[in-house]
Amino acid sequence: MSEGHHDLITIPAPEGFVPHQVAHHFDSVEKEFQSCKLGFWLFLATEILLFGGLFAAYIYYHDLYPESFVEGGKLLNWQLGALNTVLLLASSWTMALGVRSAMLSEKSKMQGYLFVTFLCAGGFMVVKYIEYSGKIAHGLLPGYFFGLEPGSVYAEALGHLPYPNLFFSLYWTMTGIHGFHVLVGMILIAWLMVGGAKNRFHAGYYMPVEIVGLYWHLVDLIWIFLFPLLYLVP
Amino acid sequence: MTTQVPAAEVEAGPQKGSNYLNSHRGFWSWAGTLDHKRIGIMYLVGVTLAFLAGGVLALGIRLHLWQPEGALFEPDTYNQVFTLHGAFMVFMFIIPGVPGSIANFVLPLMLGAKDVALPRLNLASFYLWLCGTLLAIVSMITGSVDTGWTFYTPYSIHTQQSVVTMGLGIFMLGFSSIFTGLNFIVTTHKLRAPGQSWFKMPLFIWAIYSAGVLQVLATPVLGITVLLLAFEHIYHIGVFDPSYGGDPVLFQHFFWFYSHPAVYIMILPAMGIISEVVSVHSRKPLFGYRMIAFSSIAIAVISFLVWGHHLFTSGQSEFVMMAFSFLTFFVAIPTAIKEFSWVATIWKGSVALTAPMLYAMNFLIIFSIGGLTGIFLAALNVDIHLHDTYFVVAHFHAVMMGSVAIGFFAGVHHWWPKFWGVMYNETLAKISAVLILIGFWVTFIPQFIMGSQGMPRRYASYLPEWQGYHQVSTVGAIILGAGFALMMGYLIHSLFAGKKAKANQWGGVTLEWHTQTPPIHENFDYDPVVTHDPYDYSQLEEMKGKS
Repeated sequence: MSEGHHDLITIPAPEGFVPHQVAHHFDSVEKEFQSCKLGFWLFLATEILLFGGLFAAYIYYHDLYPESFVEGGKLLNWQLGALNTVLLLASSWTMALGVRSAMLSEKSKMQGYLFVTFLCAGGFMVVKYIEYSGKIAHGLLPGYFFGLEPGSVYAEALGHLPYPNLFFSLYWTMTGIHGFHVLVGMILIAWLMVGGAKNRFHAGYYMPVEIVGLYWHLVDLIWIFLFPLLYLVP
Repeated sequence: MTTQVPAAEVEAGPQKGSNYLNSHRGFWSWAGTLDHKRIGIMYLVGVTLAFLAGGVLALGIRLHLWQPEGALFEPDTYNQVFTLHGAFMVFMFIIPGVPGSIANFVLPLMLGAKDVALPRLNLASFYLWLCGTLLAIVSMITGSVDTGWTFYTPYSIHTQQSVVTMGLGIFMLGFSSIFTGLNFIVTTHKLRAPGQSWFKMPLFIWAIYSAGVLQVLATPVLGITVLLLAFEHIYHIGVFDPSYGGDPVLFQHFFWFYSHPAVYIMILPAMGIISEVVSVHSRKPLFGYRMIAFSSIAIAVISFLVWGHHLFTSGQSEFVMMAFSFLTFFVAIPTAIKEFSWVATIWKGSVALTAPMLYAMNFLIIFSIGGLTGIFLAALNVDIHLHDTYFVVAHFHAVMMGSVAIGFFAGVHHWWPKFWGVMYNETLAKISAVLILIGFWVTFIPQFIMGSQGMPRRYASYLPEWQGYHQVSTVGAIILGAGFALMMGYLIHSLFAGKKAKANQWGGVTLEWHTQTPPIHENFDYDPVVTHDPYDYSQLEEMKGKS
């Protein structure tokens, strides 16, 4: 039978890249890769359940106060929401291309795709900022801070309805927590670009790129549900 | 589970050479360790301290109730004391207890692995536990949280702001628990020794795996719940606040959607320990291996569908109540399968009445009553009468304290020689086991009776007619406390002056007993291969014969 103390496994890298050392408790790089990937899929499941609570609250209050949700949704700017959807979909596509480039050891392509992904995410946040500013200016804020200027179009649309503040509470909470995830994603993508610059990712080892990619697709996917629920349901 | 080993190394007993305790030295070799065994030991110390703190608070509660008007605290203080007690015990001891400490140490060994699959995440989980615990303690003490461990709205919205930091602490503890469960699932899938198919795994692994599924899928819902509660405080988002159109019952649904599966996050690992202890100390393969394995999975699935039985008096439709009542009865079936299988394992086994076995028997006795009283509470009409009484308190203490905590300590006694390479004083251990059993019943039988007569839970004072019951219960709590104090005493003593343990103290045959005691830093100095069933004691002869 084999020796007790294994030598650490090192995965050779193409010319110019840094070789990857497999952690001591794995007997192959495949196992290490699969373990990290399975772990991350489980983490994504927790993300879905975390948002699941918010979606459940949305469904419940939509059922309790349907008119408030319809009229509240009409006050959101669906054009900006659609622009953000396009930005995120595009970024998911460039992310997927970035992962593919990492698999093929094409460093400069990978860096390029990651940079475009980062820019799209930044664009998303800028549009979010514009949207949020508008909502703040018109008093369309969560709960206690919700206050409509008497006589404004907003007061006209919502004034007679029960608890329109709840729609905006959910709008802010759901898009806020999602926006936080976009920011985290931007940090992760920047971290990948730093690793890329140091020649860490190549055909022999691209696990971090793939995993951040999975995260990014989930963030995109959650937005794909948020956009119609909040902006388009009316 | 025969292994191609230099046999001398298996049976030689603790060796003078290196083990995980002495292979690296210094503070940072512990604080920054990625070794699952050391992280398990740090968890063991942490959760035991939390248990002690919660236990002292429990004694405070019982002493206060010696007199009908309350003997120790102001009513407000009393509310904070039972909140602290519940939060310590549930979030900082019972939930992370078995997975964080015992499973962290034992699970990779049982799988023949060198570590858990994601060691950094494992260490992160410990520090999240530590930070969450400290944050929660600071906010409970400085901000006097008085909501009970359940944080029911709308009261929790309008009480002190410290609910926000407390909630953040719970959020961190939740993610600590998620990371532990996630790690064990991945480890079980990817790092089993060659030859160890799913049905050759020890049942402890099945139990930890099932609990891991619950940790991963239920805990995030608690995360979003405490997050929303924090937003409720900071922004008054109104989602749970009726004055803004929100529904406080929605909070109860969210909370119990996590917290009912959570009781199975607590009990499943303890059940796994009992499976190991009962088999090893009866020297007999477990009766109904597959049934116990599948019942763990069945519990994990059904427990997601029973949360509504906490809301029988909160306003649900009759149809929903009937469904939840039925499902709650239903979850008792896999639980009973386990109980019967353990008893059948002991039947005609060569039972050694060791300290771990005594603790396991305490579990079997108390858990059967704890489980059966759960059936009372699942029955709709009976529950309307018993809801929020001491009957409920006694029921869940039979399951949480009398089963999970005692199961945890059965495991601590069972693997103590493996952890440290030393043995505790077994006579004292047996005395403490008996004290704890007596103390438990003296404490909680009066509470069952009081509860059935209508004594409400959480009250700081009570009608004089219940004084006798309360005093008996307090005496029981003191006996219980004495039992645990004795246990702490001889366990700590054994670390300094205990006899050397044998390499295979109890004659177990799962993989953790194949390596040396205490294990070396790398767990095994050979590559374990599994060829036998996990409870095939015929290997003992082979293991001995090789030495």
